[in-house]
Amino acid sequence: MSASFPYLIASVCFILALQGLSSPTHARRGNLVGAAGMLIAVVGTLLYAHILTFLWIGIGLMIGSAIGAAMSIWIPMTKMPERIALSHCFGGLAAALVGVSEYHHRLGQGTLDQFTMGALGLEVFLGFLTFTGSLMAFGKLQGIISGAPLTYKGQNATNITMFFAALVLLVLLVLDPSRGFLFYLMGALGLAVGVLAVLPIGGADMPVVISLLNSYAGLASAATGFALGNYVLIIAGALDGTSGFLLSMKMSKAMNRSFANVLFGAFGAQPDTSAGGGGPAANYNLATVEDAVGVLTAAQTVIVVPGYGMAVSQAQHAVRELAQSLEANGATVKYAIHPVAGRMPGHMNVLLAEANVPYDQLYDLDDINDEFARTDVALVVGANDVVNPAAKTNPGSPIYGMPVFNVDQCHAVIVLKRSVATGFAGIENDLFVQPNTMMVLGDAKKTLREFIAGVKEEAA
Amino acid sequence: MSNELLFGLYIFVLAGFLGHYVIEKVPPLLHTPLMAGTNAISGISLVGSLVSAGGGYGKLSMVLGFIAVICATINTVGGFLITDRMLRMFKKKTPARSAKA
Repeated sequence: MSASFPYLIASVCFILALQGLSSPTHARRGNLVGAAGMLIAVVGTLLYAHILTFLWIGIGLMIGSAIGAAMSIWIPMTKMPERIALSHCFGGLAAALVGVSEYHHRLGQGTLDQFTMGALGLEVFLGFLTFTGSLMAFGKLQGIISGAPLTYKGQNATNITMFFAALVLLVLLVLDPSRGFLFYLMGALGLAVGVLAVLPIGGADMPVVISLLNSYAGLASAATGFALGNYVLIIAGALDGTSGFLLSMKMSKAMNRSFANVLFGAFGAQPDTSAGGGGPAANYNLATVEDAVGVLTAAQTVIVVPGYGMAVSQAQHAVRELAQSLEANGATVKYAIHPVAGRMPGHMNVLLAEANVPYDQLYDLDDINDEFARTDVALVVGANDVVNPAAKTNPGSPIYGMPVFNVDQCHAVIVLKRSVATGFAGIENDLFVQPNTMMVLGDAKKTLREFIAGVKEEAA
Repeated sequence: MSNELLFGLYIFVLAGFLGHYVIEKVPPLLHTPLMAGTNAISGISLVGSLVSAGGGYGKLSMVLGFIAVICATINTVGGFLITDRMLRMFKKKTPARSAKA
């Protein structure tokens, strides 16, 4: 018996796990099946793969399990994008290190053929690229590195040159695998490309970047599978690679931007905190909490539009509490979730689920966009570009063509915004100067708490 | 040899197609758990790390393999746990609602 049979079972389990994710009711069971598959694969490897020394493996498994469990149990849901970026980082590093190890072993044994060399080269390049790229993404999400796009002259040319250099190195290595120097150069190039490719990308484009790194981590795994002749690695890597690729396509589409544009066309400054310049705020229709509460209590239908600002101020629980008070008042509350709201695919859904918002109240762009015209109040919590009507009306706008919510068609709009600064594209938002828009500036969570108190008072 | 490559490519391409059809069906609601879950699954590179760490390939391979085992285990164990933690939160109607009403 070899480890192949457990690997086959594991592969089937992984596919079932992904299939389970097609519905929230089966997803948890699917995840368990996937975990069981992983266990079977690991046990199969330990039993049948000619493992000689178990001591360090045991220690490694224990350390990894402890860190992995700690990272999963205690990390707050608002930090999920950072958590995912870190795990891509680990995945890339693991693949790259196995690649280096395998290169040495095979070279020493004289069993390094050209095909294996090609796979190892790809593995190490993609692995190291994912490693540093994800570290950069993590740094940007965490605020260690500025979230603003960092650009310099000729950066696209540099990136493309490095990419082709890696390709040339790969060909040279396949022709003569014994050139160890080139192999390490390839790894170093992967590290450099990871840094330089992610640094120029702005924080608001993170959903695309994270998905893409997800895809690279998968492809690195698949390359490991080719190098080791291990089919479960190829299958799992292909699944992960496709998933990440599909997600990044969806995210790009939701911003009406091509892949290339996201990767090479960093534009504008970052939204959030600082700045705040005087200009547009002059025209804002600033409102007090009392005004907003009056509008909210009179509303029969309310649609909440959350954005990254909700995550920043951790306002998801306050949003749910306000929704409950409004519902107790007899109103219907729905949530409109834009595909690129937040910093990763599905970011808003997870936060609202954490706050106990039933998922049948969460609606996708296409499912709810016609309803705004029939809705009394749209409550925009820390979202900006996804509600900017300029995307529909102003061909000169950088986000023109991006699908946005028809929030401007609501009878009344309440916008919770931290400051008067513009969105990530540095563009004005016409919604904020509409006569039926009420801007309430300040920390979203604090403002929402005041809303809740106000609504309860009016109801009493 | 080239048979091995060909067979690997067969599997890679077919698994990619299968992945496409399965993942197309995942609603945007679950996109974050999808990322966490695929991450856990691609932590299967752990089996490669295990062989590298324990296959008696020499010191360098053992050290690199050891680090890789830690990284990959973080991803598999952590990935499945956090996916479960997220999926547990997705509920249809919450009891919390009636408590307030």
